[in-house]
Amino acid sequence: MAFDYDKYVRPGKLPHLWCPGCGHGIIMKGLIRAMDALQLDKDNTALISGIGCASRLTGYMDCCTLHTAHGRAVAFATGIKMVRPEMNVIIVGGDGDGMAIGGNHFIHACRRNIDMTYIVMNNYIYGMTGGQFSPTTPTGKKASTTPYGNPDPTFDTVKLAIGAGATFVARGTAYNAGQIDKLIVEAINHKGFSVVEILDDCPTNYGRRNRYRSVIEMMRHMRDCAVPVKAATAMSAEQLEGKIITGVLHQEQRPEYLAEYDKVIQAARSLKQS
Amino acid sequence: MSNKVAFLQGNEAAAYGALYAGCSFFAGYPITPSTEVAEIMAAELPKNGGKFIQMEDEIGSMAACLGASLAGAKVLTATSGPGLSLKQELIGYACMAEIPCVVINVMRGGPSTGMPTGPSQADVMAARWGTHGDHPAICLVPSSVQEYFEDTVRAMNLAEKYRTAVMVMPDEIVAHMRERFVFPEPGELEVVNRTAPSVPPEQYKPYDTSFGDVPPLAAFGSGYRFHVTGLNKMQDGFPTTKAEVVQAEEERLLRKVDANVDDIVTFEEYCLDDAEVVVVAFGSTSRSARYAVNVARQQGIKVGMFRIRTFWPFPDKQIQRLAQTARSFIVPEMNLGMCMREVQRCVEGKAPVNGIFRVDGEPITPDNILVKINEVT
Repeated sequence: MAFDYDKYVRPGKLPHLWCPGCGHGIIMKGLIRAMDALQLDKDNTALISGIGCASRLTGYMDCCTLHTAHGRAVAFATGIKMVRPEMNVIIVGGDGDGMAIGGNHFIHACRRNIDMTYIVMNNYIYGMTGGQFSPTTPTGKKASTTPYGNPDPTFDTVKLAIGAGATFVARGTAYNAGQIDKLIVEAINHKGFSVVEILDDCPTNYGRRNRYRSVIEMMRHMRDCAVPVKAATAMSAEQLEGKIITGVLHQEQRPEYLAEYDKVIQAARSLKQS
Repeated sequence: MSNKVAFLQGNEAAAYGALYAGCSFFAGYPITPSTEVAEIMAAELPKNGGKFIQMEDEIGSMAACLGASLAGAKVLTATSGPGLSLKQELIGYACMAEIPCVVINVMRGGPSTGMPTGPSQADVMAARWGTHGDHPAICLVPSSVQEYFEDTVRAMNLAEKYRTAVMVMPDEIVAHMRERFVFPEPGELEVVNRTAPSVPPEQYKPYDTSFGDVPPLAAFGSGYRFHVTGLNKMQDGFPTTKAEVVQAEEERLLRKVDANVDDIVTFEEYCLDDAEVVVVAFGSTSRSARYAVNVARQQGIKVGMFRIRTFWPFPDKQIQRLAQTARSFIVPEMNLGMCMREVQRCVEGKAPVNGIFRVDGEPITPDNILVKINEVT
């Protein structure tokens, strides 16, 4: 029997606003399969997003959903998780939202290691505003605000997350749809702040400007660049040039923020009693 | 049981006020001269199972408060001028998405970094117009340590009652001075909680106006699933660009305050019965004004004080009424005429409105006001 996506989708809220060929829907389906695999209780699951195409995902999902302001999703989510530690808190958003305007909130959430999962849908562009370059737009590529090619160096979301202290960091691609849910399941199961970057395509605003003639071509590019982390260990630096390593790239155990805050509560209470 | 008496600082009293009102979450960022509020909350909240978090910036602390409020907590943050500028983005979000929250803003010299340790009253317009777009505004301006406590309780109540952002704006003098403080007993002051939904989850809409202009608010994680956005929204919480819906919802947002001015506006009338000269003052400036009125009365001058306790919504009606009989108004304030222009708007040219403005980081003295009283009589 075909998988029933409807049970996690809000009745009457589809079709979505994403363009034909956009990978966001693939990621949403991956998220739904992950939620189903974990049998997440919809009442007890909060989905939080910022602003941008990717952030519209929350409106389609049948959970407690919060479409916040640009870049602020992780900070809103932190407040929810602190008040309701029992809730599954999942943040979704794009590259500009998360790595530019929300960069500060992102790195500090990694540092705190609060038990939430952040899915970064990285399509290398500000899609909703019409194709301006983001911190992940590759150097040299064209966007509406880099008509002569992007002079900016890029952020590597994975390195940024690891450097800032995230205790679970993974990367997948919209091409490899079957892997997305597996990565998200692992991320949600991980106790601590987990980051899953899914490389994604924006045919309308990135593809068109950068000589991708079709969505298929963009998908092929994702397929050809991606190297599973196991295979990468056997490859030379030369062979890895221009490749993107996928899979679970970092995992460690470190005290989780709310568990640590429980100790604060214990200390404050014992002081009160004495 | 007799009430506990303490010698307390304004900011400390405000923190205890929030706790009295049932605040269980505080997110903040260090900034002078408001930081004592955060320090007390960091110490006191965990004792009762509440949560405190110092966020990475002012915007993040505002965001965490709104998330916490949606999860069902009563929330507080505290800041000052530059922090208020940063928080404005999400104060607008709170007004739009109708999420109860209280923002304490201790007024220091500005604009920009200004005078971080100097008093000011120059943020009152930022409280009204700081965030973009038409939105409701409630702002309380205490003038004593006791009142700062009570206003913080009241701000928490108003935020819950009207589902919106409420500001408490003491000037730095009120925030940092220490004076005798009497702790109200539990139950002595009213404490209001937001209205929870009375309908089952499948019928719940977060902006259901069939329950009135302030629809019940469910909490995330309480069995109710719903959507919240900063976009213009329909009653079910989902975005819309339908002209008639957007217009009606925007008007409802403002009506929550406009139709309840009598419930929200607080003030004090001092020696106004026969007053020909009316001093309109608020915050610490009103303490100098009271002294000046007392001295002038001893000299036989018919002068009184109208003390603003709720700056927004502005006490239009009360000042319009005073303008029927007063010969002259005096508005002393630690800014360059923000309150004076509001008073002028209400007086409508019926009497001259004289300002006394200081922005040098020094308080307005009784002498400053006495000189002006003598000038206009």
